[in-house]
Amino acid sequence: MMSNVLETCVVSKTYKVDSNIIKAVDEVSLSVAAGEFLALVGPSGSGKTTMLAMLAGLLTPSDGHIMLDGQNLGRMKEAQRSKFRRKKIGFTFQASNLVPYLSVLENVELMLKVNNMLDRHSRKKAIELLTQLGLGDRLNNLPSQLSGGQQQRVAIARALIHNPDIVLADEPTASLDTERAYQVVETFAGLIRHQKLAGIMVTHDLRMTRYVDKIIQMRDGKINQIITGSRAINEFAGAMN
Amino acid sequence: MFADRALPGVANTSLPLKKIQPPLFVYLAFKELWRYKGRYFLIGLVIALITTLVLFIAGLAEGLGAGNKEYLEKLNADLILYQSGVDLSIPSSRLSHTLLNDVRRIEGVQAVGSLGFSNASIILPDGEEPLDVSLIGVEPGKPGEPPAFQGQSLTGRRDKTATIDRNVAVRTNLQVGDTLTLKTIQGAEEEFYSLTVSGITDGRQYSIQPSVFVPQLTWNQIKPKANVEDDDSSALLYNNIAVQLDPSVDQAAMAQLIESRVRDVVAVDRKTAYENTPGYSAQQSTLNTQRIFTLLIGVLVVGGFFQIQTLQKVAQTGMLKAIGVPNFTIILAFIIQIIGITVLGVSLGSVGTLLLSLSFPVTIPIVFTQQSVVTAVASLLIIGPLGGLVSLRILLNVEPLTALGLAS
Repeated sequence: MMSNVLETCVVSKTYKVDSNIIKAVDEVSLSVAAGEFLALVGPSGSGKTTMLAMLAGLLTPSDGHIMLDGQNLGRMKEAQRSKFRRKKIGFTFQASNLVPYLSVLENVELMLKVNNMLDRHSRKKAIELLTQLGLGDRLNNLPSQLSGGQQQRVAIARALIHNPDIVLADEPTASLDTERAYQVVETFAGLIRHQKLAGIMVTHDLRMTRYVDKIIQMRDGKINQIITGSRAINEFAGAMN
Repeated sequence: MFADRALPGVANTSLPLKKIQPPLFVYLAFKELWRYKGRYFLIGLVIALITTLVLFIAGLAEGLGAGNKEYLEKLNADLILYQSGVDLSIPSSRLSHTLLNDVRRIEGVQAVGSLGFSNASIILPDGEEPLDVSLIGVEPGKPGEPPAFQGQSLTGRRDKTATIDRNVAVRTNLQVGDTLTLKTIQGAEEEFYSLTVSGITDGRQYSIQPSVFVPQLTWNQIKPKANVEDDDSSALLYNNIAVQLDPSVDQAAMAQLIESRVRDVVAVDRKTAYENTPGYSAQQSTLNTQRIFTLLIGVLVVGGFFQIQTLQKVAQTGMLKAIGVPNFTIILAFIIQIIGITVLGVSLGSVGTLLLSLSFPVTIPIVFTQQSVVTAVASLLIIGPLGGLVSLRILLNVEPLTALGLAS
C-alpha cells in the first residue's frame, strides 16, 4: 500500500465579509499518495481553488490541519512555508506561468537555482525533461515565442524538475484547445506516475479527469462526491464529452 | 504523446555551466534588464537628460554666482564698510576720504583700502563689439587690490596702468605691456582712455562682468559721470572701504567697534557683502529652485516608470513568490535594477555634460566646481532609489495568491 504524501483533516476556510461569515471550504478531508493523480472538480465558487491554495501553503486554514511530508503547513511561518513550497511543491498555474524574460531552459532551471540545485547533472536532466515534453528544439526560445500548450509543458517541466513531493496544477488546460489539453494532461499524469509524485489538478473541464486516479467533486465548499476506479472515472469523464 | 517525439540533435545538446553562478537576485535583475534593454536604456537616457539639466543648472548657478561675487569673495580684507542706510547696496554707498582715515586709526585695524565700483567698455580692434567690464578703483598695495599673477601690481595712485582679470585677458587677448582703451560716458560724451596693462590677476568678476582694476585717482578720473563738472579730485568719494584686521582680534566685535567709532558706516564680512550684491540672492534662489524642481521631476519620472513596470509584472511577481522565490530576492533584484539604471543614466549624463561644456565659449557663465558637481551627482543618484520606493512597496505587498487569482 502506498503511503500518503498529503493529508487534510476537516479543513475549513472562512472569510468575514461585512458581518457575514462565508465558508469557502467546509470540513474537507482528503489524502493523496505518492504516484497518485487526483482531480479537484466543481463549479465556480465550489472552493476548489481555495482548497488548492491551502494545500500549497498560500493560505492558512481557519480550522483543521494539512499535513505534507509529515509537517503541519498551518503551523509554519510565512518564511518557512515559502521555503517548504520551493522544496516540496511543484506548481503550474492557469496564467502567468513563466518568467517572460527567461528562455525555456532558464525557466525550468529557475526552480533549480531557487533550490541551489543547479549543476551539470541537473541541467542535463532539465534538457532531457524538456526534450521528453517535445521542447528539445525550443530550449533557447522565450515564452512569448511559444504556443499556449508549449508554455504549459514548460511549466510542467519546471514543476517537476526539483523532485517535489507533490505537484499542484491550477486549471492547466484553461487556455488550450481540446486536443492540446488532452495531450498536456496525459503527459502530466504520465510523469507524475513515473516519478512517483503526488499530483492534484484543479479543473473545471471534466473531460480532463479521464487521466486521474481519483476525482473529488466539490460543491459549496464541501466534498460532494469522490469517484475512484477507472471505470467510474471514465464514465464520469465520458459523460462530459 | 510528446514523450515519443525525438528531436534531432537534442541528445547532444551541451551547455557548459559557469563555475561561479551569480546570486539569484543578480541573475533575475540582469536577465530582465538585458531582455528589456531598449526600454531600460530609454529611461536611462531620460535620467541622463535630467542629469545634464541639473549639472548645467548647478554650473550656471556657480558661474553666475562667481560672476557676482568672485571679486568680493577673494577680497584680501576681513570687513567691508558701507554707508549706512543704503541696504548694503554698493552702487548707492558713498564714503569719504576722511572716513578712511578714521577707520585706519582704530585699534585692531591693520590696513584699509578704498574701493570704487563703476562700469566701462574695452574697445577692441577690428570693429569687434566692445567688452563691458567692471571698472574697479583700488589703492595700490592696500586691501582691495588683487594680486597680479602675471606682470606686476599697480604702483602709483595716478598711474595710467591697469590690472585685468583672467576673463578680460582670455576675451581680449590683452597681454602684460599692451595698451587697453577704455570707453566711459562723461556727461553726454563718450570719452576714451588709454591704459597700460601692468598685470593679470585670476578670475575677479563683479556684477557679472570681468574686471579692470585701476589706481583710485585714475578711477576717479575716468569713471562715468553725469556731469563733467563732478570731476573734483579734492572731494574723493568711494563706494566702500576694505578693512584688514589684526589676526588676533574678533571680527564681529571689530565690526561693532568700527560702527560705534565711525559715524554712518556699516561693517560686514565678505559673505554678507556678496550675498547683498544686486540680484545675487534672487538669482541663486531661482537657480536652486530650478535645480530642486528638476530633481523632483526626476524622482517622479523614474518613480512613474518603475511603478508602471512593477504593476505590469504583479502577476509574475505573485508566481515567483508562489513557487518559493523569497521576498528579499525579488526586492534585491528590483533595487539592483533601479540602481543600475540610475548609475547608467547619471554616468551618461555626466559624460555628455562634460563633452558639451567643452564646446561652450568662455562667455557662457557655466562653472563646474568639484563641490557643485559632487553635490549634483549625489542628489541625482538618490532620485532613482527614491522614485522606486512606491514600486518597492507594491512588490512587497504582492501576495503569492495572485498566481492563483485569489489575491484581494
